Amino acid sequence: MKNLIDIRDMSVEEIDQLIHTAIDIIENKEKYSKKCKGKTLATLFFEPSTRTRLSFEAAMFELGGNVLGFHDAGTSSTAKGESVSDTIRTVCCYSDIIAMRHPKEGAPLVASQKASVPIINAGDGGHNHPTQTLTDLLTIKMEKNSFNNMTVGFCGDLKFGRTVHSLINALMRYENLHFVLISPQELRIPEYLRSEMEANKNITFEEVSDLNDAISKLDILYMTRVQRERFFNEADYIRLKDSYNLTKKTLLNAKEDLKILHPLPRVNEISAEVDDDPRACYFKQTLYGKYIRMALIMKLLKIE
Amino acid sequence: MEVTSIKNGIVFDHIKAGQAMKLYEILNLDKLKCQVAIIKNAQSKRMGKKDVLKINDSIDIDLDVIGYFDPEITVNVIRDGILEKRARLELPKTVTNVIKCKNPRCITSVEQNLPHIFKLTNAENKIYRCIYCESKAK
Repeated sequence: MKNLIDIRDMSVEEIDQLIHTAIDIIENKEKYSKKCKGKTLATLFFEPSTRTRLSFEAAMFELGGNVLGFHDAGTSSTAKGESVSDTIRTVCCYSDIIAMRHPKEGAPLVASQKASVPIINAGDGGHNHPTQTLTDLLTIKMEKNSFNNMTVGFCGDLKFGRTVHSLINALMRYENLHFVLISPQELRIPEYLRSEMEANKNITFEEVSDLNDAISKLDILYMTRVQRERFFNEADYIRLKDSYNLTKKTLLNAKEDLKILHPLPRVNEISAEVDDDPRACYFKQTLYGKYIRMALIMKLLKIE
Repeated sequence: MEVTSIKNGIVFDHIKAGQAMKLYEILNLDKLKCQVAIIKNAQSKRMGKKDVLKINDSIDIDLDVIGYFDPEITVNVIRDGILEKRARLELPKTVTNVIKCKNPRCITSVEQNLPHIFKLTNAENKIYRCIYCESKAK
């Protein structure tokens, strides 16, 4: 594996191995503190980010490596009209590995076609976000210790929520899963993903709009925010932005061992009162994101 | 009606009736200087009616384009008045710069000189998707 553009680039065995490494990092941090000494990660964020960029940078620092990059396309030559291809060719001269976020779908794939160093897709528009998926998978492993035989609810913006698309793609390769897709009619999963789910024998799924009706059957609830930046029409965003609000009251009907995940940032879809509930895992999830990215950087740099 | 045989050139046979002009446009045959014959609604044992296109010159043809348009078309290459090759087509695995991605969120909408590449994801239903954003070809 030279790049990580789409979670489907990784086999189930490769994901298992990566999770195994991440757990070993969690348990033996010192052992990994100089693994990337002399190596440089470039973080090219053409779109805003808090967790993804900082977790990539923290991951590289904790591996003993260096970081350079930009986090505002307005301060790079993109503002002058430079193409993705040219930017990537330039940054390859200064770095050993690149993590890239871009608003256009497929931009990291274009980058990987031109790059001489590994490219990691850190989010491409509403399309994919594979390192968030690895984070989500590590969280599920740490909190549930299995990827099979579960009912997983995805709630919120399933149309533009790239983390949902990548996680569904990853989970479809495990066994006996049932997905409950909870969203307003306008924010249902893209047609291409529905086609793949219909053709998949490992999973079953249903599409509903009421979270309260669905919550009692869920083992995992994956909440997402409505993606304001993907709407061409602000009125549509305002109409849909408060479609869901997870509260303590909603959780009265939930299982005791439910695990609540959210890729963050959240807006109104999870009330702050839920944060102290033992079923809330979203801040732990953020921490796991650093460890899985450490494991990924090492894998792509071929460091044992 | 008689259209004489060609000595060196290509004959596209078994085109669905009424589709020859469309194929003519897709292959940009209007740019050719040689004779081109479009035969519409010819009798066919297999198809009832069919269209046929004859090009009276040896030219390079992208078979993937024709395969994407209709894999049932037969391509006959004629050299010195003799049938040199008969190609049966199939749906190409990928097509480049034949279909344009219409998704305004796709990188193809802004990146210069980026080929529009679609791959076949479902042969049964002839579904092609953009390799960058996975939008379905329309």
